[in-house]
Order: sequence, then structure tokens, then C-alpha cells
Amino acid sequence: MFSIPVFLDSFYPLFLAARYTLLISVLGIALGLVIGTLICAARLSPYGPLRRFAAVWVSFLRGVPLLVQLLVFFYTLPVIGIDVPAIVAAVVTVGICASAYISEIWRGAIAALPRGQTEAAIAIGMGPRDVWTRVILPQAFTMSLPALINELILLVKASSLVSVVGIMEVTRASQAQAATTFRPLEVYIAAACIYLLINLCLAALGRYLEHRTAV
Amino acid sequence: MDFSIFLQYGPALLKGFGITVLCWLAGTVFGMTLGLVVALIQRYGPRWLGWIIQAYIEIIRGTPFLVQLFVLYYGGPLVGLRLDALPAGILGLTVYGSPYFAEIFRSGFRAVPHGQIEAARAIGMAELAIVRRILLPLGLVSSLPALVNFSIILTKETVILSIITVPELMYQVGRMSAETFRYLETNLVLALFFWLLVEAISRVGRRLEARITKHLVEERT
Repeated sequence: MFSIPVFLDSFYPLFLAARYTLLISVLGIALGLVIGTLICAARLSPYGPLRRFAAVWVSFLRGVPLLVQLLVFFYTLPVIGIDVPAIVAAVVTVGICASAYISEIWRGAIAALPRGQTEAAIAIGMGPRDVWTRVILPQAFTMSLPALINELILLVKASSLVSVVGIMEVTRASQAQAATTFRPLEVYIAAACIYLLINLCLAALGRYLEHRTAV
Repeated sequence: MDFSIFLQYGPALLKGFGITVLCWLAGTVFGMTLGLVVALIQRYGPRWLGWIIQAYIEIIRGTPFLVQLFVLYYGGPLVGLRLDALPAGILGLTVYGSPYFAEIFRSGFRAVPHGQIEAARAIGMAELAIVRRILLPLGLVSSLPALVNFSIILTKETVILSIITVPELMYQVGRMSAETFRYLETNLVLALFFWLLVEAISRVGRRLEARITKHLVEERT
């Protein structure tokens, strides 16, 4: 039967492991933002080859399951002579995967911006750089904040897959805990509770931002 | 790099692919059905049931699929739910997909113009007939793009089933790499395979969508 003490006891080690889950997700989205912005810029650029590269990048990363991407990355790195700790490889993979989704979020936000904004900026004599940094990007960022929080929630859930390459985040820690206590039901439900807690907090943050930035 | 091992492992890979397709089809069909039932209960059921369903949606959407599978497959036997890997995987996909499908149906139903339902009531249609002849046909058409989209997402989720030893494609590829030590080639080919598969399904999906929603587009122009 379901044992409450076992359930409560499994929280402490899982909370410690949650630091890694958060670390991977937050660094992953940060890296994803950087690469995603570049990819989005490539996608909107006037150069055909750059645009095609960005399109292939997005389509590949969105078409291949993250678990497969993780394994490809893990086995490719040693072959091309790069030796990094597993956690770095995990963050990079998660970030690259997120970049595809983030570049689409950006693209959607930029496309949703009324054309009049750009036209007005040009009309008052702004150069292309000012139009982008002072008119388009600030508004696109505010508009895409809720979608970015949503992406962060997806990453928190996706970070559970990193457990297969041996990083002690919540899922891996719960596997270890289940193996030592022989109580998988309680331990895995505790792990689910931790993910739920993180994601409910993030969802609340997303709603707050959406409310604050609503015009 | 040596790709001849793929010939040698051909039958196993083919079998794995069959199981991937089976899991995906079963998971999508059952998940969609469960999602539709959930959405209808949310719309017509009593309020307390709606709250329970809302909690269920939040829980499933707020936790990783892998952890859900662990609870079901490794935790299940403790409460008497003893399932083999394959049925557990299909059940897991069904449960995982249902709240997403339910939300899609819910917004599809909301997109049905209220005047249509009022008109049906005014000409004396029974509530059940309204659901069957007005709400479902109109709601399903408007939720089609999102349904296709989520079904494509589910194809990618099937690889996670390999972690609980469902013998699908990724599991077979894992076995092949472990036996031949060719982790790089096998996983690269798997990645390319999934890319082509997802691209192909999205194209078919878009065509299907365009065909079914053709009358809507023409109306607008």
C-alpha cells in the first residue's frame, strides 16, 4: 500500500536533485535564447543560403526527438575530440533543441507586430539598426514573454530525459531512491510532485507577466 | 563509419518500427477519444467533476512523460496494476495525451458560434442532437490543425517508451548499438529517420487540413 512516511522521506534527496533540474532548464533556455535569436535573425535575413540553413536547423531540431538528439550529441562529441563533462553536454543539447522553438517564438512575435510601428520608425528617420533595437525587438520580447515561460516549463519536463545519460537530476535521483527503498510508487509520485511544484510556480509567473504586459 | 550493420539488423528494426507505429496509433486514437470525453464532461458535466478534471489536466501537463511512465510501470504493481511494457506504454501515451487533446477540443468547441447552437435550440433540436449535429462537426473541424499538430508531437514521445523497455524502434537501435559498439552511426541514422518521418507526416497533415477546411478558407475570401 501507499506509505506516507516513505513518500515524505523521499522529498529531501529529490529537492537536492531539483537544483540540477533547474540548472539545466535555466541554462538551457539562456543558451536557447542566444542561439534562437541568431537563428531567427538568419531566418529573416535577405541572404538565401542563411535562410535555408536556419530553416533546416529548425526543422531538424523540431523533427527529431530530444532523447535521440541527446544520444547523438553524446556519442558525436568524443568522436570529434571534444571531451566535456556530461552536464555541459546536456545543457548544450537542451539549449540547441530549445533554440529551434525559441527562434519560432521570436519569428511569430516579430510577424505579429503591426507594420505601422516599423513604418512610423522609418518615417521619423530611424536607421535600420535603431528600428530593430528600439522599436521591433523590445516590443517583440515583451510580447513573447509568456511563450518563453511556456518554453521554460517544457524544458523543465524535457530535462527529465537527461537522466538517461547519468546526470543526477530529479528523475535520476528518484530512480536511485526507488532502487534503494524498493518503493517506486511513493518515490516516483514524489518526483512528479516536485516537477508539478516547479511548473505551477512558472505558470503563475507566466500569468503574472502576461497580465502585466497586456496593453 | 559502417552502415552495413543496418542490413544485418533489418528485421529487428522493422519490427521495432512496427511497434512504434502501433504505440503511436493506439496512443493517438485512445488519447483523442479520452480527451473528447473529458472535454464533453467539462462542458456538460457537473461543476465538481469539472474541478477534478481540471486538476487532472494540470497534473498530467505539469509532470514529465518519463516520470508518469515510471509511476505507471514501476509503481503500478504496488497497487495491483501489473502491466507488460507494451500495454503500459500505450496506456501511458493515452493518459499523457488525453489532457492536451481535451484542451484542443475545448477550444474547438468554444470556437463554434453561439448563434448556431441557439438556432438549433430554437428549431427544437434535443440537446443530444445539438451535440451530435452542430457542436461536434463544427468543433472538430476547427480543432483539426491543433489535433494534427499534437499527433505529430506524440510520434516523438514514443521514443521515451524505450526507457521502460517497450521494444519499439529506439529500443531496437539501442540494442543494436550495444551489440556492435556503433553508437554514433546508429543514433545518427535514427535521428535522420525521425526527421524524415516527422516532415512527411506534417506534409500529409497539412494537406489533410487544407482539404477538410477548404470551405472555411473560401468563405473568408
